[in-house]
Amino acid sequence: MPGTAFDVRVDEIDGVVTLRMTGDVNRGAQEPLERAYSGTTGGSVVLDFSDVDYINSTGIAVIVGILAMARAAGREVRAFGLTDHYRQIFQITRIADFMAIYDDENTAVAAG
Amino acid sequence: MVKPFRRSARAETPQPESAPAPAVSIAPIPIPDHDPLIGYLLGAGGPVDIDKIEKIELDSPAVRELRQAGVHLVVPLISQGELIGTLNLGKRLSDQPYSGDDRKLLRGLAAQVAPAIRLAQLVQQQEAEAKERERIEQELRVAALIQQTLLPKELPALAGWEIDAYYRPARAVGGDFYDFIPMTNGRLGLVIGDVTDKGVPAALVMATTRSTLRAAAQRSDDPGAILAEANDVLVDEIPPAMFVTCLFGVLEPATGALTFANAGHNLPYVRTADGVIELRATGMPLGLMPKMVYDVKTAVLEPEASMLLTSDGIVEAHGPDGSMFGFGRLMGLVGSTSNATALTTSILAELDRFCGDDHEQEDDVTMVTVRRTPSAAVSAQGFDVGFDVIERFTLPSEEGNERQVMERVGSTAARLGLGADRLERLKTAVSEAAMNAIEHGNGFDPALPVEVTVLRGGDRLVVRLEDHGTGPETRDAEVPDLDAKLAGEQSPRGWGLFLIEQMVDGLRHYAAEGKHVIELEMSMEGAS
Repeated sequence: MPGTAFDVRVDEIDGVVTLRMTGDVNRGAQEPLERAYSGTTGGSVVLDFSDVDYINSTGIAVIVGILAMARAAGREVRAFGLTDHYRQIFQITRIADFMAIYDDENTAVAAG
Repeated sequence: MVKPFRRSARAETPQPESAPAPAVSIAPIPIPDHDPLIGYLLGAGGPVDIDKIEKIELDSPAVRELRQAGVHLVVPLISQGELIGTLNLGKRLSDQPYSGDDRKLLRGLAAQVAPAIRLAQLVQQQEAEAKERERIEQELRVAALIQQTLLPKELPALAGWEIDAYYRPARAVGGDFYDFIPMTNGRLGLVIGDVTDKGVPAALVMATTRSTLRAAAQRSDDPGAILAEANDVLVDEIPPAMFVTCLFGVLEPATGALTFANAGHNLPYVRTADGVIELRATGMPLGLMPKMVYDVKTAVLEPEASMLLTSDGIVEAHGPDGSMFGFGRLMGLVGSTSNATALTTSILAELDRFCGDDHEQEDDVTMVTVRRTPSAAVSAQGFDVGFDVIERFTLPSEEGNERQVMERVGSTAARLGLGADRLERLKTAVSEAAMNAIEHGNGFDPALPVEVTVLRGGDRLVVRLEDHGTGPETRDAEVPDLDAKLAGEQSPRGWGLFLIEQMVDGLRHYAAEGKHVIELEMSMEGAS
């Protein structure tokens, strides 16, 4: 079974930027995700993983890259929609220390 | 030794009717350490007439010299009970004796000057010492750097073996070293050695020895021939007063066979079912004499046997009462500990306990421990005793195929009843391992397949992936530094092996028959 191509859509509601991702977060996600992120401005960024069911180590590197950019710009990054497995991986890698993970979109958006 | 500081002084009396007379200069007169004048001046504490000193008939060459130089009055400079110099005055220009006022003035002057001079002497001395210390520290840094650069960064990961190494340099950096050298047919060269001398010279000889041994091990797999070749090179390369003790072992991981030769190094200890034995082989240290011959001996490390290689820093360590740690104590520790890492830890703990809390380590402490694990069931040659092959397939090395390996192994593991949470973990590990095989092992060459085997033995599930990379690959147990990555000081990548290690219960890699093999093990934990 081949993977699912990555795509990302930018939603901005009441000043909160949400990057809605679909497909596999791997090497192929780097370019579109960085482009989508760079097109946004302002404060917090919310990453929506609801339609992501595969993240590999290269995908983790892509997320770390986004976190590094956000950190340099002083922007907060939050996330929701992760399966228990990937939530655990984000904890093991300590990414969760730098990107608060919420159960659903409402709590993630409201946290700002 | 002579007192370092002497000063001439001049005395003058104003003469209103004529121009001031020229000053009379007296050359410094050293007073030897044993001269009785020193004791006398310390006792006097203030200005003393030379006439008066002569009257008491001290047997003092210095007094005679002072008189000859025309000194009339000696003013001792005393700081903290020590005579640090004298002010020597000639006769007054008026030919009058020194008055009570003069003496009072000179006594006051001496009292003020002496501590200032003493301070200047101390500052000078401290500056010189600090410079020397800095020079020594710098040299130690260089020596430590050379050594750290050349010692292996990673431990070899061999299926069925636990290998551990430990190195703690003495402050002066002795010349200890160890090395792991991949050899033909999946064999592993084990090296431990010790260069006489310390510091930078030892570090440089260690560097030469290491590269010489590595080069010799490319041409031969006979440890005796390797040491003989290294010896002949080193005789010409290193200073005559220096030599290197060294043990060279060649381990065949599949059988536990060890071939070894010894150039005057401490004997390895092996813990067997029947107790601890020494592995003896004779030979002269490297670099002393040309054309030496080294005994080659063999031994077999059975399952659960462990071997300890050390240098003399442990057995020759001293306790507070001056006694030595000794071979017996070390052998006892080898006999009482089975696990390789635990052996290192228990030896260190015992060594530190023996030496006492605030001892300074005299010599480098170096240990290499090698243990054959009991579970030799899974082997690379297909002799998977006690394991059933559940599934076997190959895929070409194309980007994205790791996803297929993951799904296929995943559905097999699910069918075998692996729990959902552990299934996800296994899938992530398999995907990462497959990606490594495709990318690093086979370099995305579609003609080179990745071979995948799923095995089950009891409640152990093993996924074996084979690629055509050159092994044995060393284990990269380093935890990626997220802070450095976020700060842009490190590439955001480098998570693969870390993830695999975190996801599975067991991880082995090794080289077998020209292939690189990685095995991921997961316990089925109560699955049907």
